[in-house]
Amino acid sequence: MKLARRVFPHPYLSALLLLVWCLLNNSFSLNTLVFGFILSIVTPSATANSWPDRPRLKRPVLVVEYMVVVIWDIIVANVIVAGLILFRRTDSLRPNWVSIPLDLRTPEAITILAGTITLTPGTVSADVSCDGHALLVHCLNAEDTDAVRDEIKDRYERRLKEIFE
Amino acid sequence: MAEFFQYVVAASLVIAGIFGIVGSFGLIKLNDPMSRLHAPTKATTLGVGGVLIASMVHALMVEHHLSVHELLITIFLFLTAPITANFIAKAHIHRHCTAEDLPDPAPDARWAGLTEEEADTPDAQ
Repeated sequence: MKLARRVFPHPYLSALLLLVWCLLNNSFSLNTLVFGFILSIVTPSATANSWPDRPRLKRPVLVVEYMVVVIWDIIVANVIVAGLILFRRTDSLRPNWVSIPLDLRTPEAITILAGTITLTPGTVSADVSCDGHALLVHCLNAEDTDAVRDEIKDRYERRLKEIFE
Repeated sequence: MAEFFQYVVAASLVIAGIFGIVGSFGLIKLNDPMSRLHAPTKATTLGVGGVLIASMVHALMVEHHLSVHELLITIFLFLTAPITANFIAKAHIHRHCTAEDLPDPAPDARWAGLTEEEADTPDAQ
């Protein structure tokens, strides 16, 4: 057990590296797998200084649900934003800043939330408060900033909280 | 059957192209820097996604071999696109915004992109 912990200080990272290596080579032959396996042992220990803690996933199964929700939202919101750009006069748009207080405390979870907000069209996460307890989000068209805030908190932050904390 | 999938490939390519054009058009049409940031980071997620889906379907159904490179491109795009957008937004906040332009983060805090003096201006009056 101790040996396994020394060889794989970050099992998720090792698995991810192996997978990415196979995808890069576009093959799952024994050759690729063996070299990918070597990489997945060497890379985490060579970069150990950059990974002081191991991020903990409380409920990894929910990651799949989260990804489906986000991809669906990206598609829907892309159509909405395309509509805004094509059919609305620029001066009828109401760009606005929204401040989102965070219940999340894990840095990894906050990073993923910020990335999700940027990827879903219509919102860009611009900044974080210096104590890390609020996110600054820019909306392309927000009549009601409270509604935007509640939607992000309920749709993404609640799910991330279940996954990470 | 292969013919049907060729139509699927063509449709995804056209959809991707449309979103690419709309994104670029938004870059011209919108009139303040933060709004302009929305157009390219957004419409390109689906624009690029459509091309990748077309590529995967083409490899699998027309050329009959599995190609998974495209998934990697998606992952790398999803990892890097928010970071670029965040850098541009931070540079904009740092150079052009004061604490009065932005909503309050939380009591006793300031936005990390503002320097201490900028954040303190409203209280100093």
